[in-house]
Amino acid sequence: MVDLNKPTDRDEHSGVETTGHEWDGIKELNLPAPRWWLIVFAITCVWALGYWVVYPAWPTLSGNTKGSAGWTSYKKLAAEQEEINERRGEFAAKIKTHSLEEIQKDTELYAFAVAGGKTMFKENCAACHGTGASGGRGYPNLNDDEWLWGGDLQSIYHTLKVGVRSGHGNERTSQMPAFGEILKKEEISIVADYVLSLSSANGASGQGASLFQQNCSSCHGNNGQGGREFGAPNLADAIWLYGGDKASIMQQIANPRHGVMPAWESRLPDATIKQLSIYVHSLGGGEAEPRKQ
Amino acid sequence: METPIQLFKKQEKIYPKRVWGKFRKLKWVAMITLLAIYYGAPWLRWHRGDQSPDQAILIDLNHSRAYFFGIEIWPQEVYYITGILILAAVGLFFVTSLFGRVWCGYACPQTVWTDLFVWVERLLQGDRNARRKLDESPWTFGKIYKKGLTHLVWLMIGVCTGGAWVFYFNDAYTLLDQILNFDVPWSVGGWILGLTFSTYLMAGFAREQVCTYMCPYARFQSAMFDKDTLIIAYDELRGEPRGKHKAGDSWENKGHCIDCDSCVVVCPMGIDIRHGLQMECIACGLCVDACDNVMEKIGLPKGLIRYDTESKKPFNPLRPRTFWYGGIITLVGCLMLYSLLTRSPLEMNVIHDRNPLFVKLSDGSVRNGYNITIINKRHEDKNYALSVQGIENASIRVQASSDISADNMPVFADSVGHFRVFITAAKQIDHRREIIFKLSETDSDIIATKDTIFVSEGR
Repeated sequence: MVDLNKPTDRDEHSGVETTGHEWDGIKELNLPAPRWWLIVFAITCVWALGYWVVYPAWPTLSGNTKGSAGWTSYKKLAAEQEEINERRGEFAAKIKTHSLEEIQKDTELYAFAVAGGKTMFKENCAACHGTGASGGRGYPNLNDDEWLWGGDLQSIYHTLKVGVRSGHGNERTSQMPAFGEILKKEEISIVADYVLSLSSANGASGQGASLFQQNCSSCHGNNGQGGREFGAPNLADAIWLYGGDKASIMQQIANPRHGVMPAWESRLPDATIKQLSIYVHSLGGGEAEPRKQ
Repeated sequence: METPIQLFKKQEKIYPKRVWGKFRKLKWVAMITLLAIYYGAPWLRWHRGDQSPDQAILIDLNHSRAYFFGIEIWPQEVYYITGILILAAVGLFFVTSLFGRVWCGYACPQTVWTDLFVWVERLLQGDRNARRKLDESPWTFGKIYKKGLTHLVWLMIGVCTGGAWVFYFNDAYTLLDQILNFDVPWSVGGWILGLTFSTYLMAGFAREQVCTYMCPYARFQSAMFDKDTLIIAYDELRGEPRGKHKAGDSWENKGHCIDCDSCVVVCPMGIDIRHGLQMECIACGLCVDACDNVMEKIGLPKGLIRYDTESKKPFNPLRPRTFWYGGIITLVGCLMLYSLLTRSPLEMNVIHDRNPLFVKLSDGSVRNGYNITIINKRHEDKNYALSVQGIENASIRVQASSDISADNMPVFADSVGHFRVFITAAKQIDHRREIIFKLSETDSDIIATKDTIFVSEGR
């Protein structure tokens, strides 16, 4: 028991009561916490009690207390996602109902489609075509103006839906014979020289021209300008999917590689494919109308 | 036992007595003028065209614009605010080096609102002695009524203070309508509540404590003082030895101070000016008024307490210190004026694509992509023409939903236009060529240029 009658010990210098504790002649002053601090402390305690009731707070053996408000971070996430969907709703609905051409003409809708397409491109397409859509060897650069299957909106949309050599019933497909079994190695070299001469100032032998006419022109055209109806690449331009040096061209003639792109029709909603088409078309090489070559 | 050292000084309530005189008059005029500006300014209108707000002074946070009559500031021009702050700070130094803490005594919001609150207190509870007696008396119905009414009026002033503040950030007329219907966003309600509370607390309770303990300016003002700064000074030579004086007695061997304490009881800071210049003194001059009134009554010359310099030399405003401050004000003011007058209504930003850096086209030429931002600060829709310098035979194409040519890029009034631009040119010898984008208003000679690059080949 505390003896209330015992005179309290006061510190000489400050006149403050001491606790009676003393270490090496140094006494501890009895300085209580400030009143405002105590009040704030009490308020936080009361607040905590309320918090325990309303929100998830205490761990239990099988989980945690749920709280009367039923708040969970999953619900919060779902609500926020719902909010985003609602905000996108108006435009997303329009993308579904409008045609590609209508979307392109509507400035706001177009901006929405390009922005959405950009994100979806990174999610679905960037693995092969790269985040900047500039592709790589064997994967077409979508920024340039060379299109194997057409660079207008409808053609891009169609290619996206059916894929390339994808196994889709309507797939885009082409097949180049392996000339390694048809032509001799020297002949392949001569044709490769001829192909290179189409896009450069290099001269080529007459044998190369005749070999090309016999073996290649039926698909690639007399001047090597290619043909989109068969997915035959233009050989007279500066863009080479599998490399533009002679060794690469010879390899492609002897044993051609054929790229594959999945059919996205069954993988992505139609609205997403539409946005991707608009985005790819906007990259700079998009064509206004379908053309053959 | 010696007196214990107290580290904390309890606030002693001050009951400033009513006083009348030329400085009190000046304080009333200053208070009414400043409050009128504060409450009135948001209601002034200034026409800026149909697509911009017509409030003369408006900080539109939602649309990131600040308006001040003819001046409109975009977020990237926040250095104007810096300039205003520098001007305000140096202006304060300038005035302080001349006249001491007159800002504190006459114009500071803390002083203005405290003065207003004391006036309310005096109106409802009576003057110094009545207020003091009321505080000491037991709680009766009359006391509760008087005190309660005082606090109610204080709170109402607080609400008006916070209420006026929010008008600077929203269209005043629209917002007033919303406030009257209690239909305000949380941000507005929060500011009104917060400023109501702070006004009530600062002007009702904290008062002189703010000036003595909280305000940093009060602490460093002495750095702006010198011996020629005007301060409130008690003329010790004339006043001492002080003492009571009966009418008709001789003034022989007696100072003119009759120790009436008039200067002490009127002081809103609760100090005795006869102890000399003190940190608390806010140079309001109420003690000067009080003393002058007494001197007049007992037939002695006025000015026993007066605005005077510490050196007792006549006031001289032309000193190196004032020249320096004045010089800085002039310099910053001229710089701001110059930049405001030469402010271009057009700005352009250009970001070169990073991925891909360039695109090789089928005919062997090279295309680079750019994101261009055009800032149209005019209050009318404008068209712009883009051209490129530093590269031969380059073609410019704008990639957009509708047909937009580089000769005619439209940007709405008072807004930012974003464009996707492609430059196509023959492959350059230098892989990274420095080029210049030039943008001009189609119907005037205003231009904006920006340096950028044209990349032809990877490393």
